[in-house]
Amino acid sequence: MNPKRRRLLAAGAVSAIAGASFAACVLAQTPEQVIHITARKFAFLPGEITLKQGVPVVLEFVTADVVMGFSAPDFKARADIIPGQVARVRLVPQQIGSFDFVCDIFCGDGHEGMSGKIHVVA
Amino acid sequence: MHEIDRRDFLKLAGLGGAVFASGLAGCSAMGSKAAQEDFYFVQLSDTHWGFNGPVVNPDAKGTLPKAVAAVNSLDRQPDFIVFTGDLTHTTDDPQERRRRLAEFKQIVGALKNPNVRFMPGEHDASLDRGQAWSEFFGETHYSFDHKGVHFVTVDNVSDPAARIGEAQLAWLKADLDRQDKDARIVVFTHRPLFDLYPQWDWATRDGASAVELLMPYRNVTVFYGHIHQEHHHMTGHIAHHSAKSLIFPLPAPGSVPKREPIRWNPAEPYRGLGFREVDAELQQAQYSITEFPIKGA
Ligand SMILES: [Cu+2]
Ligand SMILES: [Fe+2]
Repeated sequence: MNPKRRRLLAAGAVSAIAGASFAACVLAQTPEQVIHITARKFAFLPGEITLKQGVPVVLEFVTADVVMGFSAPDFKARADIIPGQVARVRLVPQQIGSFDFVCDIFCGDGHEGMSGKIHVVA
Repeated sequence: MHEIDRRDFLKLAGLGGAVFASGLAGCSAMGSKAAQEDFYFVQLSDTHWGFNGPVVNPDAKGTLPKAVAAVNSLDRQPDFIVFTGDLTHTTDDPQERRRRLAEFKQIVGALKNPNVRFMPGEHDASLDRGQAWSEFFGETHYSFDHKGVHFVTVDNVSDPAARIGEAQLAWLKADLDRQDKDARIVVFTHRPLFDLYPQWDWATRDGASAVELLMPYRNVTVFYGHIHQEHHHMTGHIAHHSAKSLIFPLPAPGSVPKREPIRWNPAEPYRGLGFREVDAELQQAQYSITEFPIKGA
């Protein structure tokens, strides 16, 4: 994907999320939870997150240094994390358990240890 | 089928992976020995030259030379030897990367058989899109023919996002277009072309596109590395065989909470390391694999 198109898609995702939380406000429900995650050589911070089954969540990623990838195959979720941009991934965890996520863009000596866990609880 | 002789086997026992490709089966019946000759090749993988971690491999500097010596000691030499990537361990320093590549090249220069094929792994190529690697070893993807088998190497590591990419896929398609549908095709690549365990990044982002291009061909076998252990998998009629490493073994996919090298066990040194012979049985387009461990000095 070229960067321009990616930006457009990212913008699209933002407005969709904004729209959703506006609707949620009108209905006096809680807006979607947003979790901020920073990627840096060679870790995600936080490296473990706990989500509630069936409750939608938005993960917002920034990178402190180089291009990183976020990939959580069990959720079929992935994103490129480009310096200077915010990458967003929306999840609705369906299954209880612990699931791996990894950086899937080779980022240096230590890349292979760059992973984390998503815990889904009832 | 050609069997590696027992003496050779014992010499290699103690080391780690070679692949035999023998065309003998059916040849006498067919009477076309010239066209389909018995042969085998040796696959070595993931040597990670420059790796430093004594609890994982206290003989990091000795394991590769031992493998070279073991291959040299074979009475019947393989037709060729292939290294399926991660020749060197990654470094953020481009100078050091070149130093490791140069040392690796010098060490494997001691192989008796000069017919050696190379391909990069992500450790060699992902930080500079294969630039340093190519300075030493040339093209990162190419094809060649040997005794009736068409060999194709696929580069899924020069892109740090583990993509083969549109341009290379177009090249692969054009290369395969020149082959009969029943041609004997062997693919060498570093990462698995199928989703072995993407949770540990054991996959190729667009690997399914390569498998799709290979599907119409009836006799395709893939040999790869990256996961530092033997693994055998079928996508339809296509067999995928991964090789052991020559530096450290990795745990079975998803078997432990974190993907980390298996530690060295002094009671069983070199355990899980090795190379293989592949015996090509051309008549049936079958490949028998003989695994060889690494032996201590
Ligand atoms: Cu690798
Ligand atoms: Fe490796």
